[in-house]
Amino acid sequence: MAMLDRSLVDVAASVRAGESSASELAREALARIDALDGELGAFLHVGREQALREAQRVDDKRTRGESLGALAGVPIAVKDCLCTRDQPTTAGSRILTRASGRGYQPPYDATVVARLRAADAVVIGKTNMDEFAMGSSTENSAFGVARNPWDRTRAPGGSSGGSAVAVAAGMTAGALGSDTGGSVRQPAAFTGTVGIKPTYGRVSRYGLIAFASSLDQVGTFARDVRGAAQLLEVIAGHDARDSTSVATPVGGYLEACGRDLSGLRIGVPEEYFGDGLHDEVRVLVKSAIDALEKLGARLLTIQLPHTRYAVATYYLVATAECSSNLARFDGVRYGLRLPESELGALYKKTRGAGFGTEVKRRIMLGTYALSAGYYEAFYGRAQRVRTLIKRDFEAAFERVDLIATPVSPTVAFPLGERIDDPLAMYLADVYTLPASLAGIAAISLPCGLGSESGLPVGLQLVAPAFGEERMIAAAHAVERALDFRGLNA
Amino acid sequence: MLRIAALANLELDEEAIERMTRELGAIVAYVAQLQELDLEGVPATAHGEIKSLPLREDLPEESLPREVALSEAPETAVNGFAVPAFVDEG
Repeated sequence: MAMLDRSLVDVAASVRAGESSASELAREALARIDALDGELGAFLHVGREQALREAQRVDDKRTRGESLGALAGVPIAVKDCLCTRDQPTTAGSRILTRASGRGYQPPYDATVVARLRAADAVVIGKTNMDEFAMGSSTENSAFGVARNPWDRTRAPGGSSGGSAVAVAAGMTAGALGSDTGGSVRQPAAFTGTVGIKPTYGRVSRYGLIAFASSLDQVGTFARDVRGAAQLLEVIAGHDARDSTSVATPVGGYLEACGRDLSGLRIGVPEEYFGDGLHDEVRVLVKSAIDALEKLGARLLTIQLPHTRYAVATYYLVATAECSSNLARFDGVRYGLRLPESELGALYKKTRGAGFGTEVKRRIMLGTYALSAGYYEAFYGRAQRVRTLIKRDFEAAFERVDLIATPVSPTVAFPLGERIDDPLAMYLADVYTLPASLAGIAAISLPCGLGSESGLPVGLQLVAPAFGEERMIAAAHAVERALDFRGLNA
Repeated sequence: MLRIAALANLELDEEAIERMTRELGAIVAYVAQLQELDLEGVPATAHGEIKSLPLREDLPEESLPREVALSEAPETAVNGFAVPAFVDEG
């Protein structure tokens, strides 16, 4: 097996032990990208020289006898909405791209990127995404679609589709994404990788281009649970530059892998297994839940009665927040500018030309939901229903330790299938949105290949706020029991 | 639709307006289901689980140097962001 198809935990260990070098790994990653990415479209930018330079720095450190970090020499891909001081950052949008084609160059690293570098990881490049993370297929990228490596006619999911593809195809050993309503978990499920959405506040958002600030959270992708856990352990923790990042101590996420599940209570919500869930997904998710029971967990049927309102609530809260956050893209401080002699016209022209269809649609919906006369009926109401969804989880977590559900009602869908029907695209997010609205933690891990499609299916484990350790322990145990094989494995 | 587009500072062509009217109509009809819930006495949730937010020391810190802040601006003038002349309508 090639190094990049192994767990990133083992990749880092082999670099620390001197069995492989960071430079070899970076070259292997770049060669895979050269061979595959012309078709897969996972990367918007590959930082070839920067990656080789960083890898050399890690190797030199080892030669000097210095100790290396938890991600020693591990090639990592970073979603293009996270600022990188040495590589352009466009969030998949033309509005952060000059007419010359040059992408916005941030003057600083996002905190999570700085933490990757401090752990001796090698940042390979910036990954494709739905523009400003708005979408569930990566088809809303201004720079072309990404393709699912399991079946190139299908979407890899979104919005962090490029990150998921990079890891699934072994172009990098791990990746960072962002999850506002499922943007890490759903692409992980579609590509047979592991994706973690941490509790809101667990990871700094400094340097993450904001979509919906009360929901956005940086998450991790890897080929296995240990890898995703290790990455989270590196990026998590308080950051004085993000006022919503909490001081709660970071758990031992890697150490949690291997823990015994005896007595763990797992809730199975009825509302997540109703109409609309495809049979091949249902069968695999149920058998993964059975595997948890065999490992010593106790299953309890639970109710989360407001689940059916999650899509409507999310698409009001998130669009309201995005209409406000995206007001900063006005052709004045960075990115695209369409010259006009009057300021209002400059704003309108620049934004009209710079934003894609889905982004405009959401800005319009959010502006409407916040406008005088409609605010209370739409945004105000959605915020109160959000409370009910949060209370559903609070009540459930009085009885259970974790909740097990599907990630998406279907396997990866064909490219083009839903792009002209925004509501159909939104409805498919129904299983990932509730945990986002409640601000709690969730993980997606592969639980097999569908019997009809032969494509990966994801299991979602949802934990109470800051319950990442127990969630990771259970995910790791079920991963071992199911023995899912990723691509190239 | 034109009023919302003006509030959002978005220039939309006729085709986009027509398409947006149709699509947003369907989405607004869907989200209207929230009207059926009795929300008497239910408070709003503005964000997730945040129990305490540590504050840093209230001391001045270095911020982005002016030339760095201006380095990505499409147009600059006299050490600032350049914009066309405008009249405050307020």
